[in-house]
Amino acid sequence: MTTLFTRPAWAALAAAAAMNASVALAAQTSITVGMQLEPPNLDPTGGAAAAIDEVVYANVFEGLTRYQADGSVAPALAKSWVISDDGLVYTFSLHGGVTFHDGSAMDAEDVKFSLDRARAEESTNAQKRLFTGIASVDVVDPLTVKITLSNPDGGFITNLAWGDAVIVAPESIEAAKTAPVGTGPFTFSRWVQGDRVELARNPDYWGRPVALETATFKFISDPTAAFAAMMAGDIDAFPNYPAPETLPQFEADPRFRVIVGSTEGETILSTNNKADHLSDVRIRQAIAHAIDRQAIIDGAMFGYGTPIGTHFAPHHPDYVDLTSGSAHDPARARALLKEAGAENLTLSLKLPPPAYARRGGEIIAAQLREVGIGTEIENLEWAQWLEQVFRGKDYDLTIVSHTEPMDIGIYANPDYYFQYDSAAFQGMIGDLKLATDPAERTRLMKAAQRKVAGDYVNGFLFQLARTGVSNAKISGLWENAPTQANDLTGVSWSD
Amino acid sequence: MLSYILSRLVALALSLVVASLVIFVMIEMVPGDPASFMLGLNAAPDTVAALRAELGLGGSPPERYLRWIGGMLQGDFGTSYTYRTPVAELVTARLAVSLPLAVMALLLSTLIAIPVGLYAASRRGGPGDWSVMGLTQLGIAVPNFWFAMILVVIFAIQLRWFSAGGFPGWDQGVWPSLKALTLPAVALALPQASILARVMRSSVLEVLGQDYIRTARAKGLSRRRTLTDHALRNALIPVLTIIGLQFSFLIAGAIIIENVFFLPGLGRLVFQGITQRDLIVVESVVMLLVFAVILVNFLVDIAYGFADPRLRRR
Repeated sequence: MTTLFTRPAWAALAAAAAMNASVALAAQTSITVGMQLEPPNLDPTGGAAAAIDEVVYANVFEGLTRYQADGSVAPALAKSWVISDDGLVYTFSLHGGVTFHDGSAMDAEDVKFSLDRARAEESTNAQKRLFTGIASVDVVDPLTVKITLSNPDGGFITNLAWGDAVIVAPESIEAAKTAPVGTGPFTFSRWVQGDRVELARNPDYWGRPVALETATFKFISDPTAAFAAMMAGDIDAFPNYPAPETLPQFEADPRFRVIVGSTEGETILSTNNKADHLSDVRIRQAIAHAIDRQAIIDGAMFGYGTPIGTHFAPHHPDYVDLTSGSAHDPARARALLKEAGAENLTLSLKLPPPAYARRGGEIIAAQLREVGIGTEIENLEWAQWLEQVFRGKDYDLTIVSHTEPMDIGIYANPDYYFQYDSAAFQGMIGDLKLATDPAERTRLMKAAQRKVAGDYVNGFLFQLARTGVSNAKISGLWENAPTQANDLTGVSWSD
Repeated sequence: MLSYILSRLVALALSLVVASLVIFVMIEMVPGDPASFMLGLNAAPDTVAALRAELGLGGSPPERYLRWIGGMLQGDFGTSYTYRTPVAELVTARLAVSLPLAVMALLLSTLIAIPVGLYAASRRGGPGDWSVMGLTQLGIAVPNFWFAMILVVIFAIQLRWFSAGGFPGWDQGVWPSLKALTLPAVALALPQASILARVMRSSVLEVLGQDYIRTARAKGLSRRRTLTDHALRNALIPVLTIIGLQFSFLIAGAIIIENVFFLPGLGRLVFQGITQRDLIVVESVVMLLVFAVILVNFLVDIAYGFADPRLRRR
């Protein structure tokens, strides 16, 4: 009798011990990611807030194509595509067996629905211009979709990689603002508003399954609180860490890893090209020579950031280094001001809330004072800034980081808040839109960079760096930010 | 008594109307269009117009005012522009954090302040009184957010007894939620307790100078019995008034502490609403707070009327 009882008991004990051991040995499969801003909603096709994409891009929602960590664009829901010789018709073949998180199948009808919805008259898609070139979207068969453009567009495949171009289902899109349903490797679990969003691994994912079982995005707006949460271990990673002044402490601590990467954010001293005095290129050039970029990067950004001389990302292969054309030269600046007869100039400098603008603005004001330009600094909230500066064009100078990838095309719009109106530049961008030959595109992009630099449209300051902190055992986080996202698909813990 | 209550009710209604007008006009004057804020830099003008229509931002100001007031009278506080969920739901969710936090802080501060104040009063002029006065002066002078950060450094970063902040939600269990509110409640309670202890001390001292205390002592009661049986009850009345004031402050005014501990409370909802131009949330929450304060005042007025018959005849 005794043996009969003891044996299973021992077996159970051994099994329990083995289970304990496996729990202890298995790598951690959940992650808590810190973010400074909470997304207003979770529908990437219905709002401009970067925080939306930072939660759902590549994790919950996928598009036909997608950005990768190195900034290149790769196929996603589209397996492959064929472009017609005239560059007008794109035929995409979709992956088979893809389902949305609610179980419904993803097919060509959903692609047609998503793109038609984004370009519709009543669309509230914040990047509607990405889709305005589409003439029609046709379903060929359930796994083939044909998109016809009204003009050839060399950037179309890249446009489809944006978070605003993800594929959604007509059945679930109405509720997507609070309960997003996509095709991605993570499903949405819940959103405790004001605190966090929780995601869980999608067991039915069509592609390579992710290593993480759950992911939590926690919203901490205060930089000091972010530091404390990271130090206390409440947060595993803070990819866009808001307190760069504390980074040396993390660098010195073996528990953490500091990630310094680049973003698509060209930080510029935006200039109203139609304002009094500033319509004179000599004065704009004087301002450019008055600016000491490195002093701003050191003083306002704790040394993180790459100087730029034009409106283009330095990590892009077609970037031209034009910083020497606007090198720091106060004597030259004073001479130019004298030549233009503007020696007692006072300009308004309106600053939005980010630290790069507020801290950078004070340094620029001091640098401008060196050459005899006075400034009146006014601190604005974002909503005020949009109203006064961006829409009202009631400003002389402001500091903003333009974070959209490849956005030099904004200089071709004379109504944009810089009010830069150059027929030559508009011609280049027009040609660029039509060009599909890579060599020709490179030539045009370089020419466009030289043109805005040579016209001293704005003061070109630096490329915004992305400084992040993570637990040293986490790998697979994006270093650079080719688009605003926290792609967790390749993230795992090592032990 | 009835006419007294009626006159108070009319005053209540008038205050509410005036308050709603002031709130509406102030928010109307704030620059910044919610729709263009939400759509960012690259939005086309027709997209902004489409969103404005969707959010119901059209119409003249008087029209919108009436729509807002009409909705509230029917219990409809509107829909948040940014979250796209009913404001009432947002407020309820945030109150689940702010209300328990305020109650915890208030309990803590009362439990500390009353014995400490009583002790200081009974040791008037002695070293015990001096140290209480000194410490409470410090407690009032030190900003609560600074104290909060010190608490985080000690208990979250060094000792790791608590999280540095955040709130798991009541559905994750009562204990984790109470634990998450402990440090914020302590940080909030300390300055309040300092104020309250000083009020308690001076109130007790004042009562101790009254004739009936001398009478009580004269009939042979011990110092301690005089203090607890006669002085305490009478001294508590001004203290209760202060506690009432502190409670409304704690509900709406915990915003800085909510930021330090990243708690999803009511104060942060308003703050976020202001920066994101979620004006309907700001309007409705502020109106709700005004209503709560006016209602408390109304109830206090009525209570005074019961307590003091002379007030009723005025």
